[in-house]
Amino acid sequence: MTTNWTAIGDINDIPLRGARCIRTPTGKIAVFRTAENEVFAIEDHCPHKGGPLSQGIVHGTAVTCPLHNWVISLETGKALGPDEGEVRTIPVKNDNGALYVALESLALAAAE
Amino acid sequence: MTETALEKLVVVGNGMAPGRMLEELFEKAPGRYAVTIFNAEPRVNYDRIMLSPVLSGEKDYEEIIIHGDGWYIKHGITLYKGHKIVAIDREAKTVTSDHGVTESYDKLVIATGSVPFIIPVPGKDLRGVITYRDLDDVQAMLLAAQSREKAVVIGGGLLGLEAAAGLQARGMDVTVLHVMPTLMERQLDPAAGYLLQKAVEERGIKVLTKANTKRIVGEEKVEGIELEDGRIIPATLVVMAVGIRPNAGLAKEAGLAVNRGIVVDAGMQTSDGNIMALGECAEVGGMVYGLVAPLYEMARIAASHLAGDRRAAFAHSDTPTKLKVTGINLYSVGDFADGDGREEIVLRDATAGIYKRLVLKENRIVGAVLYGDTGDGAWFNDLLNRGTDICEMRDTLIFGQAYQGGSPLDPMAAVAALPDDAEICGCNGVCKGRIVGAITSKGLTSLDDVRAHTKASASCGSCTGLVEQIMSLTLGDSYNPAAVQPMCNCTDLGHDDVRRLIKAKKLKTIPAVMQELEWKTSCGCAKCRPALNYYLVCDWPDEYADDYQSRFINERVHANIQKDGTYSVVPRMWGGVTNSRELRAIADVADKFNVPLVKVTGGQRIDLLGIEKEDLPAVWADLNKAGFVSGQAYAKGLRTVKTCVGSDWCRFGTQNSTGLGIRIEKFMWGSWTPAKLKMAVSGCPRNCAEATCKDIGVICVDSGYEIHFAGAAGLDIKGTEVLGLVKTEDEALEHIVALTQMYREQARYLERIYKWAKRVGLDEIRRQIMGDAEKRKAYFDRFVFSQKFAQVDPWSERVSGKDKHEFRPMATVGFNQAAE
Repeated sequence: MTTNWTAIGDINDIPLRGARCIRTPTGKIAVFRTAENEVFAIEDHCPHKGGPLSQGIVHGTAVTCPLHNWVISLETGKALGPDEGEVRTIPVKNDNGALYVALESLALAAAE
Repeated sequence: MTETALEKLVVVGNGMAPGRMLEELFEKAPGRYAVTIFNAEPRVNYDRIMLSPVLSGEKDYEEIIIHGDGWYIKHGITLYKGHKIVAIDREAKTVTSDHGVTESYDKLVIATGSVPFIIPVPGKDLRGVITYRDLDDVQAMLLAAQSREKAVVIGGGLLGLEAAAGLQARGMDVTVLHVMPTLMERQLDPAAGYLLQKAVEERGIKVLTKANTKRIVGEEKVEGIELEDGRIIPATLVVMAVGIRPNAGLAKEAGLAVNRGIVVDAGMQTSDGNIMALGECAEVGGMVYGLVAPLYEMARIAASHLAGDRRAAFAHSDTPTKLKVTGINLYSVGDFADGDGREEIVLRDATAGIYKRLVLKENRIVGAVLYGDTGDGAWFNDLLNRGTDICEMRDTLIFGQAYQGGSPLDPMAAVAALPDDAEICGCNGVCKGRIVGAITSKGLTSLDDVRAHTKASASCGSCTGLVEQIMSLTLGDSYNPAAVQPMCNCTDLGHDDVRRLIKAKKLKTIPAVMQELEWKTSCGCAKCRPALNYYLVCDWPDEYADDYQSRFINERVHANIQKDGTYSVVPRMWGGVTNSRELRAIADVADKFNVPLVKVTGGQRIDLLGIEKEDLPAVWADLNKAGFVSGQAYAKGLRTVKTCVGSDWCRFGTQNSTGLGIRIEKFMWGSWTPAKLKMAVSGCPRNCAEATCKDIGVICVDSGYEIHFAGAAGLDIKGTEVLGLVKTEDEALEHIVALTQMYREQARYLERIYKWAKRVGLDEIRRQIMGDAEKRKAYFDRFVFSQKFAQVDPWSERVSGKDKHEFRPMATVGFNQAAE
């Protein structure tokens, strides 16, 4: 199956060590930009109590949830440290700063 | 006669190397020799290395004397000052001075040092052209500097740059000419040379590289320098500091083997069995030396041989170079040229001005260049000289000793392994041996004692950990360094150390803090970053650019995040006072944005809960229009000042408590504090505003204002402590502001005032705020200064467009685009 890459904007739309959201019919996705200019996308929904991860402090390749300080790996979506839980990660393509996400689950059922 | 029984030792030269040799000799073989010294300079032995501080005015000549006249008398030395030896008669075993004195010897030591190299250009003999070698040269420079005119230093090496810095410090307009593309190319690679040039230029010294001197211009006196490219640089003083060469002329005339220097074996013996040579004039193993450490080593070897120990042998070791210019840190050692089979490890931090480069060969350090942060120089040098295999720590080697965790190098072992002359405190030049010596000889047991006696770690404090490790090593179990709770897993430093070092090292950005304080993570964590951001905002209010990405979401969007991801908004109501117009505006906002809950808070204001993030700017815009500003109900900063109605209305009121509360709030709003700061002013001891469980509270009484502090009514419940009683409202404000500033400067991030007060001591706080008017005024002034940058309403700033992206989704995808 080929991947549907959906353009979401430019890397410079996201502050360094920050995040922006994209709205989808199945909920918000948080797109992060680390200090090293890596870009990651995960569900904007903390596995603990649903906190908006996009609002957390970004450090290294992790984010700390603003509600109860769970630390979520941006690479794996898994909670770090003693906490257990996981969020969905979404593949991101960074083409010279132009960002795309792969929204398989949405399927963008345009063809119908 | 006893004198005939003594062997006659004659020393030609009275510099640092023969001085050290004689010291060692008198210890090893006291009374064995009758010593005669001929010194071409008309003075005693002084520390030539310290000439630069004399030039710059940081030291006097008297302070750099190594051996005063008394020393020569005590050891029965005949010292001929200002006598230059012009001939050696090896047959007759005599030497003769330019003043005609002839002295015979059994053993002769030649220590004639070096002579400055003079570039053979026209005009080199003009008046005003001098070299930089001895005290006479320094005095000539000082005399010339009185004119405060232009000086040119030819040579951008160690000596030239020190001369330039000294002359500049004395008020001259200085240009450095250097023939190579980068400064100090023998000790530094091009990258470090570039950083050095920037630093030198920032001090106001001009630097011209690739500058070839064609001639020195002038009639009788120097007037300037002409370069090969035709440029003319005016100057009334020209200092030639292009290098030195061994002063071996005398030895050569006497027929001794001379190559670059006087050839000696590893025992400092020349080709004549009765003559030794040492110091800069000597060549041993094909090398000549100009730095003090190997010269002292030669002195030790020569003394051993003179004392009869023939086994002592000189061994080459690399000696680090340091530039003695205040404020410029650089360190280089060994060989750092590129080459086959060599690898390098480089660390750069442009913001912090740091460059480190290690050159490796077969897993061993062969060279190191450090610029900016030279703290690990001694350690690298030690690894280099020991030929330590660095394979195991290769990944973290460049970060220095502090990063070498794990088994092979526990920090204690590393400190234990440092030699006694390893420099521990760079600020005060204190080596390990001196610290150990002071601890044992003076019976020191506390860090403060060690600081007082040795000055180690007494300046910037960055070596405190090392000093404590040395104390542990020396005192064993009897010394227990206070366990410090690290800020977080990114560092071993506690909050207090970090705060102190931010000030001491003038660290003004988060990356600078992490670099200089050796953070273990690349960009910190959610614990340390907000703390560092606060410390920097507090310490450098005018210079630090607040880092929003290091703030908790509430402070980033000026509202309180709720469990469902919506926000609550609290406008400021000064002193809890409002009116119908304001209430109407709040009601309108509640209607317009379908606010699910409107609630009165504990701090006498109104909370609008359940607002979507995207709506925040519009909500603020409407509230701003009605005259509201942010209540900062989210901030680690000033929250509310709760009041009662006071003497204006209440039959018991003693003072205008409402007015004072409003005045305090208007004066202090916008200020960031370590943790939230809630206040209250009650108009009488009945205390309706509940001032006695606040961070800071005021109880108005007939005679004035009783200031309270350090209360709590949260996780802990605690009544306030009394700070003191003041008579007027102005005084009340000044005391409260000063107390707040003291707390801002000293507390750890997230530490409420009651916890800070318990740690610091109530009496100490009272002493500083109530008892010391000068201190109080200084705290007050610093707070006022910082408010200039803090009292910006974040709402209006955001409404006017700052960081708009924060409130909008980046993209909306998947909704019906297909239908289009």
